[in-house]
Amino acid sequence: MKIRVNVMLKEGVLDPQGKAIGHALATLGFKGIDDVRAGKVIELDIAETSPDKAKEVAKKMAEKLLANLVIEDYSVSVL
Amino acid sequence: MLAAVINFPGSNREQDAIMALERAMGRKPQVIWHGDSALPKTDLIVLPGGFSYGDYLRTGAMAAHSPIMREVVDRAKKGVRVLGICNGFQILCETQLLPGILLRNSKLKFVCRRVKLRVENAESDFTRLYKQGQEIDVIVAHGDGNYFASDDTLNHLEDNRQIAFRYCDNPNGAARDIAGIFNNGRTVLGLMPHLEDAVEPMHGSTDGAALFDSIVRALQ
Repeated sequence: MKIRVNVMLKEGVLDPQGKAIGHALATLGFKGIDDVRAGKVIELDIAETSPDKAKEVAKKMAEKLLANLVIEDYSVSVL
Repeated sequence: MLAAVINFPGSNREQDAIMALERAMGRKPQVIWHGDSALPKTDLIVLPGGFSYGDYLRTGAMAAHSPIMREVVDRAKKGVRVLGICNGFQILCETQLLPGILLRNSKLKFVCRRVKLRVENAESDFTRLYKQGQEIDVIVAHGDGNYFASDDTLNHLEDNRQIAFRYCDNPNGAARDIAGIFNNGRTVLGLMPHLEDAVEPMHGSTDGAALFDSIVRALQ
């Protein structure tokens, strides 16, 4: 089963990478950019047939390694 | 006194740490490969600088879960002294032996230059040979040295005197100018600057030597 884990910096944590992307987009002429935040997408293919169980496993993975909860939030979805 | 330097794939300052320890101890430390699950008897564990596992995922995140780190965390909890320099500091934060995390430098640039640090707490096994408030000349070389923690954690670090060193001129945006912190018992120290590269006259500064001399004297 394919699972997607999205990892994003928490609100309030400075995201210099997002800011730099925003500046670059503005330089390219894109107007009206209020904010840009950059995160990570991790796709997992795991040997599990129940979506609920697969999500449960992915959550454990996110909390143990994929995200650092001091600065990041994560969300899990089944593909 | 016995010391061990842990070598990860991507460590690149392990020789600097080995030389600084050898100068202070009078003999070479042991060098332990990250894949080893057994750690020999040691009084001090050093996690050197570098880019372990290519900084994949987050700096220090992969190394924090390598087999040897389970043993390092166990020993640290038993009071064995642990020193993490640069990438070693990042690894200590990822293992949660130290609170907080190191983010990308606020200006997104890798900084490699001399900086002045202020010794914030000279009452520890790592810093005893410094004077309280002493300013020292050292170098930094990192892309992710921007220390971050919640306000509660930062206040706790201040109240509990866990801040070891602060930058006099903050090069990376670190919260409250923090360059290095202790754990609660001051038995674990993590810091971004490379004090191991300021121990001999040819380095241009010998202000880092007191760190290694302090810990060696404390453990002898």
